[in-house]
Formats: sequence, C-alpha cells, structure tokens
Amino acid sequence: MTSPILGGAEVALRPCRPTYERTSDAAQLAEIAIAVRLKIIRTIHAAQLGHVGGDLSVTDILTALYFHVLDIDPANPTSPKRDRFVLSKGHCAAAFYSVLSLRGFFEPEAVDSFMKPLSPLNGHPNRRKIPGVEANTGPLGHGLPIAVGMATGARIAGETWRTFVVLGDGELQEGSNWEAAMAAAHRGLGNLTAIVDRNRFQQGAGTEATNQLEPLADKFRAFGWDVHDVDGHDVSALADLLGRTGSDRPRAVIARTFKGRGVSFMEDKVDWHHKVPSAEQVEIALKELAR
Amino acid sequence: MSAPEAAPKPGAAPTFDCRVAFAEELISLARADARIVAVCNDSIGSSNLGAFQKEFPDRLVNVGIAEQNMVGVGAGLANAGMIPFVCAAGPFLSGRATEQIKADCAYSQYPVVLCAMSPGLAYGELGPTHHSIEDFAWMRAIPDLTVMAPADPDETRGAVRWAAGAGRPIYMRIPRFKIPAVTTGGFTPGRIATLTEGSDVTIAAIGTMVSRALEAAKRLGEAGISARVLNVSTLKPLDEETILKAARETGAIVTAEEAVSGGGLGGAVAELVAQHHPVPMRILGVPAFAPTGDTQFLLDHFGLNAAGIEAAARALLKIRGDA
Repeated sequence: MTSPILGGAEVALRPCRPTYERTSDAAQLAEIAIAVRLKIIRTIHAAQLGHVGGDLSVTDILTALYFHVLDIDPANPTSPKRDRFVLSKGHCAAAFYSVLSLRGFFEPEAVDSFMKPLSPLNGHPNRRKIPGVEANTGPLGHGLPIAVGMATGARIAGETWRTFVVLGDGELQEGSNWEAAMAAAHRGLGNLTAIVDRNRFQQGAGTEATNQLEPLADKFRAFGWDVHDVDGHDVSALADLLGRTGSDRPRAVIARTFKGRGVSFMEDKVDWHHKVPSAEQVEIALKELAR
Repeated sequence: MSAPEAAPKPGAAPTFDCRVAFAEELISLARADARIVAVCNDSIGSSNLGAFQKEFPDRLVNVGIAEQNMVGVGAGLANAGMIPFVCAAGPFLSGRATEQIKADCAYSQYPVVLCAMSPGLAYGELGPTHHSIEDFAWMRAIPDLTVMAPADPDETRGAVRWAAGAGRPIYMRIPRFKIPAVTTGGFTPGRIATLTEGSDVTIAAIGTMVSRALEAAKRLGEAGISARVLNVSTLKPLDEETILKAARETGAIVTAEEAVSGGGLGGAVAELVAQHHPVPMRILGVPAFAPTGDTQFLLDHFGLNAAGIEAAARALLKIRGDA
C-alpha cells in the first residue's frame, strides 16, 4: 500500500513556523482551542478513524499546556532542559498532533496524513517519528510511571524542568497508575503534575457504571497528592493553575470535561468514543465550533 | 536465601555468583558516570545493590513491589538523560512488565538496561512461579530489544559495561546459580564465541549452560567425537554467520538453555538453519513446569547437564549414521 499524500515513503517531520505562539492572553488561548477542535474534526473525517470524543474533551488541557505552560522549543524538541509532557491516553493522538503542529513542531498539513499508510502519524504517538512526542503510548496505564521516572530523573540531575502527564479517567482502572501514584508521593515529586481528563466515559459506558472511580480526588489525596478539582474546559484558568510551581507534593488536577465538547450532537455522548462523523455532521460541527 | 551451589567436588574449579561481578562493575561505571542509576523492586538484597545504595543513595530508585511502574520509571529516567539499570527477579521483570518492556523501552527506543536477576531455575525450590524460563521466548519476540545472557563473571562485567554505553534497550540475565569461569575474551556484543573447535557436532549453549556444554564436549572428545562449543551470549540479534558456519562444518547442532525448550535459543537456531542450511538438531531446555527440587536437581532432572548434552549429541550422530 502506498499513500497518495506521502508518495509511498515515510516522511520526516520538521519544525515549522508556529501558527500560534505561547501566550498568556485568555481570548487568544480560547481562539487556539477552537482552531485545535476544527483541526481534530477535519483530521478524523479525513482519516475515517480516530477517537473524536476524547480528543474534544482533552483539547483545552492540551491547549493550556502547549500554548502557555510548557517550556519547550519546537525548533529544538529534544533540548535537555525542556519540560516533559506525556499523553498517557495515547488514543487521543489527533488532538495531540493538532496541537503539536499548530505550535510549530511540524507542518499543520502533515496532520492530513493521520493514520494513512506510511504516515509518521500513527493512531498512537511514536516518539521516534514525531518531534515533540516523549513516549510511545497507547496501551493504558503507562504514562504515569514514565512521568514519575522523568520527574525522578530531573531530581537526580538537580534540574528544574517539570513533567506533565495527561491521563484518561478510564485508564485509572489500570493498577500501574496507583503503583506510580504511590511512588510519586513517596518521592515528594513536586515537579510532577498529572492531569486527569475526567470526561466520565470509557469506551463502552460511563466509568461509574463500569468500574467506579469516585471519589477520585479523595483517592489521589489519600495517596499523598496535592489535588485540584477544576473545570477542564476553562483554558485560561487551567493555564494559570498549571503554570504555578512550588509544591513539595505531586499535583493531581482532576479536570472535569465533556466528551465531544463543543459539538452539540457529540457532547457528553458515550457513542462518540470513536465514531466518525459523516460529511453532513462535519459541516454542522465546524459551524458550531467556529461560532 | 544464599546462592545455590552444586556440592563441591575435590579439585573442582571455583564457581561464582555473577551478581557479585554485576554489582562491582555497576559501581565502577557509576563512579565514572553520574547518569548511571539503579532501579529495583524491593530487591536491593536479591539484586545485590546494597553497596550501590550505600555509595549512591540518591541514584538508587527502589519503587517497591511494583514491576510495571518500575519499568515505566526506567523509561522516564532514560528520557531524562539517565542510564537506568532496572533490576528485578527474572520471572517478574520479564513476565509482569512485558508490555512496559515492549512499549516504554523497546518501541520507544529508550536505553534501559533490564537486568533479570536469578534467571532460569535459580530459584529451584520456590517453584515454577519463580522460575524465569519463558523470558528468552518472550523477550526475543520484542522487536529492537537486545537479549543477552553472559556465561560467567568476566562476561557479566563486559556485558554490563557494553550495555551502559550501548544507548539502546537491553534485556540481560544475571546468573545467580554458581558457575565456573569459562570465557577468556570478555564480552563481544552480537558475536558468538567459539570456545572449542570441533568438526563432528556443534553444541550451542547460553548462560549457565556453557560450562556444562564444555564438560560434555570433553566427554565426547574422550570418545573420539569432536564437538564444537559455541557460547551464545547475545541471543538477539543472533550471530547468524557463526551458527550457519557451524551447521555447514559440523552438520549437527545441539542447543542447551536454562529456559523453555521453545522460542528461545533452540527456536532461534532452528529458525535460522531450517531456512538456510537444515541440519539435524536437538533442543535441550525445560519442557514442563518443574517438580519440587533445588537448582542442581532440576537441571539434572531435565537433562541440562554434561550427560544430557552428551547423549543428545550422540543421538544426532546416530541418526546421521556416524555412530
């Protein structure tokens, strides 16, 4: 199989001029989040594959991180003193790639090849092919342990860079997260922030109907974390909170979100976990999002 | 539990617990390079990391009894610029954290050195839950993961030293069952050392089986049979050239490994020769969950000793019509 987009060979992704720069302006951050959502809808429709519900729930979190919080340089993506980010819910790659491309890690047009044969942009992120990706994720319950290792490494090296990880709420059913949560608190990793995209749905049903997570904040608190329960769609409030430093405990941010956020017929609906919108639905979604 | 040892015979060669060589080499590397860190799962004693912890308390990350987290932490440390040696009992490192080894280390291509302590049947009496015999098959199935099993203390030192600078994901066994020194050339990554030349049959052995293969070759030699002994210290990538040369020149191969008899060394050699130069083979390994017994008893029980290797070689020569 060859790809009409890529001409039958894997292409290397290169940094480009950012569509949007890092900003503290609330209106600008909100505008970027809209651009990310538009890109997600177009990308998933082009690929006819993807996890649109979770992509739209995690969008504001990723926007706050990449356009305000993270100290990173897209032109030098492996600079040793960069902040680290791990997308543990790796299936929401369309949102991740959209954000990375708009931030200048690679050309936004490259995202058009998402999941096409030989594209570097697999359905789950691959650090060996995509600048800005730190860990190959996809199997759930892997991101937090890796992030604990990163934060521990910074401590050992005496470095001040920070580590952020975004977890799906459903993936907290994997026990490895709690192994890592215990270790992070034990090691006093104040340089680590875990953000839970709390959209309350997993693939087939609600998290509470499947294997109850609540009281989630209490669970992290009991493990010794500094816990914040926030609106996961308030980009500037997220940016402000995530930008703050200084705790001697790892920080858990339970970001309350809605799956399919911003599109009326998708929002808070479990069946949009990985359903692909039709051409007509795309038109409606783009109109609603652009408002 | 102290390391098991075969009942010492008068005049027998001294034997070694390779964890000693491992720890000494790791400490020596850590003195020279601040990026070297050790990660373990409540296994400071069984991984012989006590002296490392004493000298480098901040560079010993004990995550407790949590192998999946342990391997993920290893990958994260590598991302942070460290060179992590992740140490745990073989069965739990390879089995409990297989997916982390695959996704976080091998697929992510992080230079994590996964050290399987006390592999094979080292925990004899503790039973099959504690026997690390599936690891060769499991780890060999993971792309981009180097799989090594040094055969004695010298080779352990060489393997550890090479692994620290290799910049790639590596799984290596560190033997605890006491074995004699058998190598003279240190460790050469990806190369099979020919320990004895021979023309009638090849014995390809790995790790703790190498000294037994040498003993079998000696016995065969006394009976006028010339056996070539190969030390396969790197199982993956396999030194195909040396195996195929041995297949061509001796026409028969016995493999011996302290691991299940499928998917490991025997499987690797069989896959190679079947496709390029088919020769009769005997694959010696562990064919079943073990009964109760100490390491030496179990090795004898499964024919993983000089007599068993000798018998397998003779059986091959018989079907070839040489004997």
